[in-house]
Amino acid sequence: MVAITTVSTPTPTPAPAARGPMAEAWGIFRRSPAAMLGLVILILVTLMTVAGPFLYPVDAFEIVWAPLTPPGQEANIPLGTDNLGRDTLAGLIAGGRATLAVGFAAAAITMVIGVVIGSYAGFYGGGVDNLLMRFTEFFQVLPPLLFAMVVVTLFQPTLVNVALAIGVVSWPQTARLTRSEFRRIRTLEYVSAMRAIGASNSHVIWRVILPNALPPLIVSATLTIGMAILFEAGLSFLGLSDPNVMSWGLMIGSGRQYLLDAWWVVTLPGLMIFLTVLGVSLVGDGLNDAFNPRMRER
Amino acid sequence: MNALLSVRDLKVHFPVGKGGSIHAVDGVSFDIPRGKTLGIVGESGSGKTTTALAVMRLAPITAGKVDLDGTPVSSIEGEELRKARPRFQMVFQDPFSSLNPRDRVASIIRQPMDLLNLGNPADRDLRVEELLQQVGLRPELKSLYPHQFSGGQRQRIGLARALATQPDLIVFDEPVSALDVAVQAQVLNLIRRLQRETGLTYLFISHDLGVVRHICDEIAVMYLGQVVEEAPAAEIFASPRHPYTQALIAAAPSLAPEHRRRGGGAKLQGDPPSPINLPKGCRFASRCPIAIDHCRHVPPELRPITETQMAACHLA
Amino acid sequence: MVEPVLDIRNLKVDFATRNGVAHVLDDISFTVEPGELLGIVGESGCGKSMTALSILGLIPSPPGKIVGGSINFQGRDLTKLSQAEMRKIRGGDIAMIFQEPMTSLNPVFTCGEQIAEAVRLHQGVSPKAARARAVEMLRAVGIPEPEMRADAYPHQLSGGMRQRVMIAMALSCEPKLLIADEPTTALDVTVQAQIFGLLDDLRRRTGTAIILITHDMGAIAEMADKVAVMYAGRVIERGPADAVLDDPGHPYTRGLLASIPRIDADPDADLPEIPGIVPALTDLGRGCAFEPRCKLAVDRCRLAQPPHFPMSSDHSAACIHLEGRVIPA
Repeated sequence: MVAITTVSTPTPTPAPAARGPMAEAWGIFRRSPAAMLGLVILILVTLMTVAGPFLYPVDAFEIVWAPLTPPGQEANIPLGTDNLGRDTLAGLIAGGRATLAVGFAAAAITMVIGVVIGSYAGFYGGGVDNLLMRFTEFFQVLPPLLFAMVVVTLFQPTLVNVALAIGVVSWPQTARLTRSEFRRIRTLEYVSAMRAIGASNSHVIWRVILPNALPPLIVSATLTIGMAILFEAGLSFLGLSDPNVMSWGLMIGSGRQYLLDAWWVVTLPGLMIFLTVLGVSLVGDGLNDAFNPRMRER
Repeated sequence: MNALLSVRDLKVHFPVGKGGSIHAVDGVSFDIPRGKTLGIVGESGSGKTTTALAVMRLAPITAGKVDLDGTPVSSIEGEELRKARPRFQMVFQDPFSSLNPRDRVASIIRQPMDLLNLGNPADRDLRVEELLQQVGLRPELKSLYPHQFSGGQRQRIGLARALATQPDLIVFDEPVSALDVAVQAQVLNLIRRLQRETGLTYLFISHDLGVVRHICDEIAVMYLGQVVEEAPAAEIFASPRHPYTQALIAAAPSLAPEHRRRGGGAKLQGDPPSPINLPKGCRFASRCPIAIDHCRHVPPELRPITETQMAACHLA
Repeated sequence: MVEPVLDIRNLKVDFATRNGVAHVLDDISFTVEPGELLGIVGESGCGKSMTALSILGLIPSPPGKIVGGSINFQGRDLTKLSQAEMRKIRGGDIAMIFQEPMTSLNPVFTCGEQIAEAVRLHQGVSPKAARARAVEMLRAVGIPEPEMRADAYPHQLSGGMRQRVMIAMALSCEPKLLIADEPTTALDVTVQAQIFGLLDDLRRRTGTAIILITHDMGAIAEMADKVAVMYAGRVIERGPADAVLDDPGHPYTRGLLASIPRIDADPDADLPEIPGIVPALTDLGRGCAFEPRCKLAVDRCRLAQPPHFPMSSDHSAACIHLEGRVIPA
């Protein structure tokens, strides 16, 4: 039914579109060329490691040709071979998967331990805070590389153990950051308002304060990924990572003696690490700006 | 008259340093009859906000009783306290921090009903719209986030949240002090209209004498954790009996022609003493223009001066 | 006729924002004479603090820019001075005190050191003389035991004391003009009365002109000789304080005065409200910025910004309803 109204009723102005804090942050992030470049790099690197094995199905450990074949010499080995005659491109693809997996896993471990300890310390304060922070300081004063080396030497140098070792040495920073955010937010009135309507402590911690504490934590998590990738590369280079799994660090470690004769063996995985960490840092910086309320007004 | 809220000898002490404590609230008593408004005025450090938070059970009560229409609010805990919470709600001071920036308005107003399990879940969205209309906001704004509203609109949202549980008592902590004066008038009128329409009982904390004069039936003046004077609003302004109340009224900036270019009102000397090392006599004695030696040694009791007016001053 | 200390004419400041250009200050004009106290009053976002920042040459640029008008201070146009020249004037001939005395003082230096530093910066005297001057200034602003308090750190003082220290620092170089931006908003009323008394006493004794920026009409009544009422980046009414308070010409001034809850008003009547909210500076129409909230608005209000119409020799307001009003001789 179509009705033609002649009586004009004043149409109320439509409500403006709801824009949540996250949508707003994305709006700012999107406008930063550096941040977007970082995001593109990360997506490309991830794509390479995920789709790579299907497009370029070569085993990274298989000896395919003569050792130290330079890139471009053989049409089917575009990036040449290493000192054992293994395909470099296949190594980059397989190694990227391990490197990224360790990076993300270590960052996840860091976040889980750090956020849980930081939340409780910051929310409850007093004795709980004291106890948890002394515990945190104990881990903070451990020399990270040494401790990680001990862990992987004591327990098998598997990828899981490497990720665990990195997570265990890097969570204290996250815990401190979480704690300070919780201390700030718990005094805000909307937290009191939640308590006034009978919200339990765990509801307040996980559903009210944590979401509001997330922005700096997300930034810190991003940077932790970059740090973990470098850490893993360091351990592999020292021969302390899983020798049965190809990673960029392992490629650099095993090819380092041939640097002068065969630049590609070390330079290509090095370049990948550089690009990935650069991408992570750019994204982290972009997120930092996007979550910074002072950037909103511009 | 039967009081809806009855507070007796309320004390809130916060421990500081080695064995010391801040006597934020130190023996406060008052009653609010149903449907009436009690205003608490005082300067920073007077304990007025802590009193409000203690009544709300958001600050730890050291001693004393808070009774809401037969419910011993000060002594119940856990599930029992949670069950009682719908009956007393609070509107906070800061329109920018009192609403969770990550929740939409609809969810902010729904939360009390969800958490306290009030009414039928299916009806709650409808109730949110009703509440928005009740505080003068268009229901279609419910899907927006707090930062998309002005300060005055946010205080309306805070009020809608407090009304969501259909409370008997609403505690207001400086609800308009962060607002511009034109917006302040809108919110004050709304607060009064709601009381007229629903018979709510208010505890209203403010530092602004003009605001409490406009909103409150009865006024209590606090100084360093204690009530120094209490009387019906008209009387306290017409004939303040405590020297502190007198100074407060004299210092309030006003548009009255006789105040023009007087360079600020009557000047009370100095600052309040530290709430940790309280003087043993009258707490106001160090700033009081009429204090005598007796005041510095014996603390005055809050006592009736007239049938309706009480003051804690030896000389009143 | 006294030469004004400060003479602002047709000052315009634009801000580039995401939503377009905002005319943060639009055609601001006023003068301040020696020893005079001008009150600038308005709601948040009306441009009153931005006026202060323009005088001090502290407009964040970008996004802000002075696009027109002049700020004449002692015969010099401040809008034409270099950053280095402005630095000499700031804290010297023009001083400023802010709302929050805790964050305006440096927590790691004593109050005496901070005042002495300000003195040395502008007067180039010896450290010992500067210290003596600091103590003298603390005494002048009514701080008891100034020799001792000079060695106190800001956090050891109460809010009122800190604001006194700020005033002492501001006055240490004998400024010709003191800008006080909401100096008592963070303070209790009894302390506010002390600070007001101090400012009033100082300007009478030293002849320093004061611009008091406030949202509080009560503060204007207590302090100001004359008033500029601001709304949406414009001065919509100006005149002697008594004239503006007793016979406001602009509907906004009238609304603002009426909406204040007063101790001596009938508490049973509702407060007169100004409906709506202050408009965003990026979407002002061609007409009067107050028109959407104004009870007296007519079609003509939407056509153009109303000019100032005189109500007496020194009182004017920007409302077309005042056009043709007979000016009392």
